[in-house]
Amino acid sequence: MIVFPSALKKLNVLGMNARNIDYISRYNDRRLYPLVDDKLQTKKLIEKHGLKAPELFGFIEFQAQVKKIKEIIPEGAGFVIKPAQGSGGKGILVILKQEDGYFIKQNGDKINEHNLRRHISNILSGLYSLSGKDDVALVEKLIEFDDAFEGFSFEGVPDIRVIVYRGYPVMAMMRLSTSASDGKANLHQGAVGVGLNISNGKALSAVQFDAPITHHPDTGKELLELEISQWDKVLRLASGSFDMTDLGYLGADIVLDKQNGPMLLELNARPGLAIQIANKTGLEARLRLVDAIAGQHKNIDERLEFSYLNFGATDA
Amino acid sequence: MTSKYQIYIFSLLLILLSVGVMTYKVEVLGFPLFAGEEKSIWNIEAKVEFTGHGKNAFVSLALPEAQNGMFVYNENASSANYGYVVAEEDTYLRGEWSKRKVEGKQTLYYSIDVILDEDFKPESVKEYKRNYSIEASSLVLQATEAIMQDAYDHSSDDISMAARLISEFNKANPTQAVEMLKHRYIKSPRDLRDVIAALLEDKKVRLRRIGALELIDGQKNVFLKPMLEVFYKEKWQLFDINNGKISKPKNLFIWQRGAVSLLDAEGVTGSEVRFSVTENVVSARTGALLKGSDEKVSLMDYSLFVLPNESQNAFKHLLLIPIGALVVVLLRVLIGLKTSGTFMPVLLAMAFVQTELVPGVSMFLIVVSIGLIVRSYLSDLNLLLVARISAVLIVVVGIMAMLAVLAYKLGFTDIITITFFPMIILAWTIERMSIIWEENGPKEVFVQGGGSLMVAIIAYFAMTNSVMQFWTYNFPEILLSVLALIILVGRYSGYRLSELHRFAPMVRKK
Repeated sequence: MIVFPSALKKLNVLGMNARNIDYISRYNDRRLYPLVDDKLQTKKLIEKHGLKAPELFGFIEFQAQVKKIKEIIPEGAGFVIKPAQGSGGKGILVILKQEDGYFIKQNGDKINEHNLRRHISNILSGLYSLSGKDDVALVEKLIEFDDAFEGFSFEGVPDIRVIVYRGYPVMAMMRLSTSASDGKANLHQGAVGVGLNISNGKALSAVQFDAPITHHPDTGKELLELEISQWDKVLRLASGSFDMTDLGYLGADIVLDKQNGPMLLELNARPGLAIQIANKTGLEARLRLVDAIAGQHKNIDERLEFSYLNFGATDA
Repeated sequence: MTSKYQIYIFSLLLILLSVGVMTYKVEVLGFPLFAGEEKSIWNIEAKVEFTGHGKNAFVSLALPEAQNGMFVYNENASSANYGYVVAEEDTYLRGEWSKRKVEGKQTLYYSIDVILDEDFKPESVKEYKRNYSIEASSLVLQATEAIMQDAYDHSSDDISMAARLISEFNKANPTQAVEMLKHRYIKSPRDLRDVIAALLEDKKVRLRRIGALELIDGQKNVFLKPMLEVFYKEKWQLFDINNGKISKPKNLFIWQRGAVSLLDAEGVTGSEVRFSVTENVVSARTGALLKGSDEKVSLMDYSLFVLPNESQNAFKHLLLIPIGALVVVLLRVLIGLKTSGTFMPVLLAMAFVQTELVPGVSMFLIVVSIGLIVRSYLSDLNLLLVARISAVLIVVVGIMAMLAVLAYKLGFTDIITITFFPMIILAWTIERMSIIWEENGPKEVFVQGGGSLMVAIIAYFAMTNSVMQFWTYNFPEILLSVLALIILVGRYSGYRLSELHRFAPMVRKK
């Protein structure tokens, strides 16, 4: 099934090439990439700017430190190990809890300390890093996701992706993991994407594998009932990450923690385009609208006001 | 916006430059645009024979001058134990051999290689300087008064007079005077030419004598064909002494021009020079190269063709990489195909070029499959990444050696070319695939591996295209066009073909 380019143009769909040439290369200074590509740097930056993020228990830089993992991880509790320079969710190991010296993964699999060390060792050797170079393993607090999302996600933390253009949140979606995505919130691995109304954080439409769906494939939950609480905090966090990084075109991944509310999980300097399918709306018109008024709003409140007003409906 | 125009202008300049250089090479240097065009190289060999009698020998041979349409790219005087110099005498070149106390029958060779080339025009029309005295005897002149009167009466200028004279000598029933001259003086074609020349010179016709060779393959031990040229109205007109006025045939090579003697020999007897003509068919490219390198065209002086053959062959393959890169760029930017590793498909395609497609693809699949099995065992050993990849690398070498030996024993000699596979690429491919297998399941392995393989195969077809191979090697400047194309595609901000499918659900819903 193929459509004419003019049909996509009419919907203001942003293509990969246009994203790269007109937005990423124009507004994302290469110099700034390490700030988001290296999650350790992002973490430090977030701390400096006082944004909320999952607590960092520690990090492992050298193979010799791998055996000290026991000293970093919390006794008996869950945690997350991720490569600082991983991409596409690769190498992220989520441990829900510990039992008799075993570590229980999201899907219920048990692994022992030996396996855990091997995973960290792999991360350090650069197996999951973008360029294959040596990496650092981060150990973070496990997110306890908000009960409000019960049934919306299958084994895994649902997160909210917000596209922030020159400081204005222009489009958002929630990513829900499924059995197909193996608990990961990546759309290309089979996670469900739910387009969110920028005005109120309510679901607009949903897709899986780029095709529209109405119910969660595993839990059967009606996806359009989804509504994000503390929506203003979510957008504020997203918009604030622009002030923090100076990246003009970025994707902010935000999770809702049961106790701490919205937390910035990570940032992406090359956010994907599937968000358009989830929203059934093209990005380009919204980006152009921001270009037209860029510089008129001085602070985050004014920017958010503009986004609320202009990017609320399905049609920008 | 300005940067966009800069790119257009820059790309346009690159394309113009590459097309310009290509046109120059095709039009001026005679490079063939396509493979398989052939050119003849004519080897003309002069064999000088004489007998020595213990005295010092000096032999001097008239050498050919540069002439229109004949490109002489190589000359060679082989003269064992003889001193050889090229001397210039009244603007004529002569090859001079000398040796003391020569005894017995001697043979000297002088040969040139000639390429026919219509664009080669070194000659300027110069009036021939008469620097000798007319030797025609008064007896001849008296006897032929009638002939000349007739020729003079029946002509309007020098050209027509010469034509008339030649036809008189070639008539089946010549006049009595002609018959007498022929009988008395003309024993050979050369005598005929000299008689005619003497008659014309007496009438103040400006002419020069010519000794020519027709470039026809397989001529052995022939003499130069005597001919005449008459100067009239600032032009030289060629005359065949049997057929009269002719325009110069393309394959006529003029060895000797003017009254200079063809061969002078001192201190020896029985000197004689005979010629042989051999045709060698070479590719037009070789011809152009020989010409280019001899003309000292600086473009050719600094071209790949000055490299030793071995390096040239290496470059033959290297120059194809940009074509493969172009394919990858097009497939990724315009079509939107995903490949594992940006240029891994190009390297694979390079290997396929060496191994041929079917054996290459099957070997790739066999090695990667066995590698994946071994890798799954290695993953249980809990090795560090570098050590694990190195282990996989060694396994890959082992598999390749095993396959080669096995195939050789079974008689599939094709498989031995397996060594052309870049092992590091194979090892990394195995490692990546095995990670994808562990993380995303076997389906993703087939999707990504298949995608890379497909791009590699398409790149292979582009790179083995004979026209492509011929062009990149003979016209490396075409890479500037490839560069321009890649730069232009690099600024393409339209939709990819895959996106027309990917975003299709959005259109349907509306």
